Amino acid sequence: MANTAAHDATHDAHDHRPQGLKRWLYATNHKDIGTMYLVFACVMFFLGGAMALLIRLELFQPGMQFLDPAFYNSMTTMHALLMIFGAVMPAWTGLANWMVPLQVGAPDMALPRLNNFSFWLLPFAFTLLLLTLFVPGGAPAGGWTLYPPLSLQAGDSFPLTIFAIHLLGISSILGAINVIVTIMNMRAPGMGLLNMSLFCWTWLITAYLLILVMPVLAGAVTMLLTDYFFDTAFFTAAGGGDPVMFQHIFWFFGHPEVYILILPAFGVVSEIIPTFSRKPLFGYESMVYATASIAFLSFIVWAHHMFTVGMPLAGQLFFMLSTMLIAVPTGVKVFNWCATMWKGSISFETPMLFAIAFLFLFTLGGLSGLMLAIVPADFQYHDTYFVVAHFHYVLVPGSVFAIMAAVYYWLPKWSGRMYDEKIGKLHFWMSAIGVNVLFFPQHFLGLAGMPRRIPDYATQFADWNMVSSVGAVIFGFSQLLFVYVIWKAVRSGETAPQRPWEGAHGLEWELPTPAPYHSWDTPPPREVITKGAMH
Amino acid sequence: MDAPQQPTTPEPPAGSIRERANSRLMLKLIGFALGAFGFGFALVPLYEVLCDITGVGNPKDLLRASFVDPAVTPAADDSRLVTVEFVGDLPSVGNWEFRPVIAEMKVHPGRLYEVDYVAHNLTGRDTVANAIPNVAPGKATAFFRKTECFCFVPQHFAKDEERVMPVRFVVDPNLPKSIDRITLSYVFHDNSTRVAALKD
Repeated sequence: MANTAAHDATHDAHDHRPQGLKRWLYATNHKDIGTMYLVFACVMFFLGGAMALLIRLELFQPGMQFLDPAFYNSMTTMHALLMIFGAVMPAWTGLANWMVPLQVGAPDMALPRLNNFSFWLLPFAFTLLLLTLFVPGGAPAGGWTLYPPLSLQAGDSFPLTIFAIHLLGISSILGAINVIVTIMNMRAPGMGLLNMSLFCWTWLITAYLLILVMPVLAGAVTMLLTDYFFDTAFFTAAGGGDPVMFQHIFWFFGHPEVYILILPAFGVVSEIIPTFSRKPLFGYESMVYATASIAFLSFIVWAHHMFTVGMPLAGQLFFMLSTMLIAVPTGVKVFNWCATMWKGSISFETPMLFAIAFLFLFTLGGLSGLMLAIVPADFQYHDTYFVVAHFHYVLVPGSVFAIMAAVYYWLPKWSGRMYDEKIGKLHFWMSAIGVNVLFFPQHFLGLAGMPRRIPDYATQFADWNMVSSVGAVIFGFSQLLFVYVIWKAVRSGETAPQRPWEGAHGLEWELPTPAPYHSWDTPPPREVITKGAMH
Repeated sequence: MDAPQQPTTPEPPAGSIRERANSRLMLKLIGFALGAFGFGFALVPLYEVLCDITGVGNPKDLLRASFVDPAVTPAADDSRLVTVEFVGDLPSVGNWEFRPVIAEMKVHPGRLYEVDYVAHNLTGRDTVANAIPNVAPGKATAFFRKTECFCFVPQHFAKDEERVMPVRFVVDPNLPKSIDRITLSYVFHDNSTRVAALKD
């Protein structure tokens, strides 16, 4: 679109925009694709959430009430697959699509048609996965980790699940490649890597993690597939294979994967806290190096997920200590965020509320992670609700809150309209209270010995399960407010100014609001870049 | 303030140059991803190498017959008693019977012993089964020597056949003093289609 350079940006907004279904089907515009990713993630979030509510419904009381045990097990499995691969990862890719070109001063993503392909793989992948709910034998029920030999005993759902994972793996690898090429090749002249926003930095590192580990997952599930259909024996003990090997390969993917889910959240929070504290981010470079250290460490800690399968003492010590080491760069980040707020002129708009809740609750989830890193303690906590509480604390008030913070923060720039601050705050408080009522009691349940992935439990666990289910209803239904507040803003919100947050300094705020359909056709001038990168 | 959209310096008309650079980097990264896919498979032999070096959990070693060399093996230690427990498991329930004839025995390190396992084919057809051994604790594996075992070769069973199968073993007298109890367990896999994988 170089020939539109002479036109001004607002004129451009009405130009060259295909209409109707074709606009979305053939979309190559990073904003359209970003929007599709976010809408898709939202749909998956509600589907996965409905499954979670079914789980909590069954667990409201001891005894078998509503669900068949096999269906219950497929609910836990499908909930995890949908939330990880359908909700959180596409939401981050959607945010990267929207924000990376705006923040590096690029006219679009580097590879627009590849971008279209990687989005449209997702609906097909999840159609395959959701189809398993209707095949003989039911949806996969052996847990999202697909451990053999249990996963190899699945029915007709097995090949559908594996191919769904292949498709969504290809989708996220291609999405990651697009982000890397955009950041490496498309930065505006004058913008060095260390002038970039932290959201771009964390996404760059996330993208490298993605192209390193998603193929390893693809390899692992391919081996499962050949074990199932073609009589290979990678993981089949009868043929000389080793089921524990699968766990090693899976967690070589799986641990970096959890950082894929959380690193962009660090980036978002590092944008929002300075804005609403009206101070530059404390320790910009240390944030970059801490992110890189976390990414590196994520590759050498995988076996802490499997202490109980047995390994030599030296192995246990290595994985315990390297896991605890992650607390150092993570601590650097948490202290930097606190230092950014220190003596800042803080205001508490909805994005900031979500960011502060992230800071508190993610740190809490990180601390229970440290407890799980201790080998002898992990022998006790392994596969209990303590683990469930831990990873939900880092993923829900961690990743999901950060995604919501990002949506509230950038919605005015995307849509040109402000959201209703009152409903936004109501949504925040309902979510923040709900999430703690939902997940905090699960710590107690786990420490008392309640195992994960069971539809029924001993009666001594009844009280806290009931509390947890009440929290699930509060949290789950308050997400309808999130949809309502966005819908209301887009329909009838007040017109947003170019810079709705007075403390916001990124390049994206130098563009008119709403961001024109084609932005940065001419790169931003250098003085704007240095002004924007006020780190 | 309007957005600054004025060109500053005349940048080179980067279109095609940039596109070429983009596709070059894209191809490199796709190559990188393909390499990572291969690396996933390479992890299988890599872990086996690691098991060889550290000497833990290597099923291939457990399937090998041991040779007890009198020149390097110390004489039998009749002053010491080690309990050996026997366990037999099936991966699924109902179509086989598989168990040791005794639950445990007390042995002197350095002496040869024999124990029997009984298997009964209830699958209703002629078939082949493999016994996959394991020794616990892991530290004892290197000191538990099987000179003869039904686990070394696939076992053919006629329909409804019941058979007693022996294991002969020696506990090495060098067994660390801290170990006084060893568990030998077998999982008995009926898997005629997978025999090819075990032949070598």
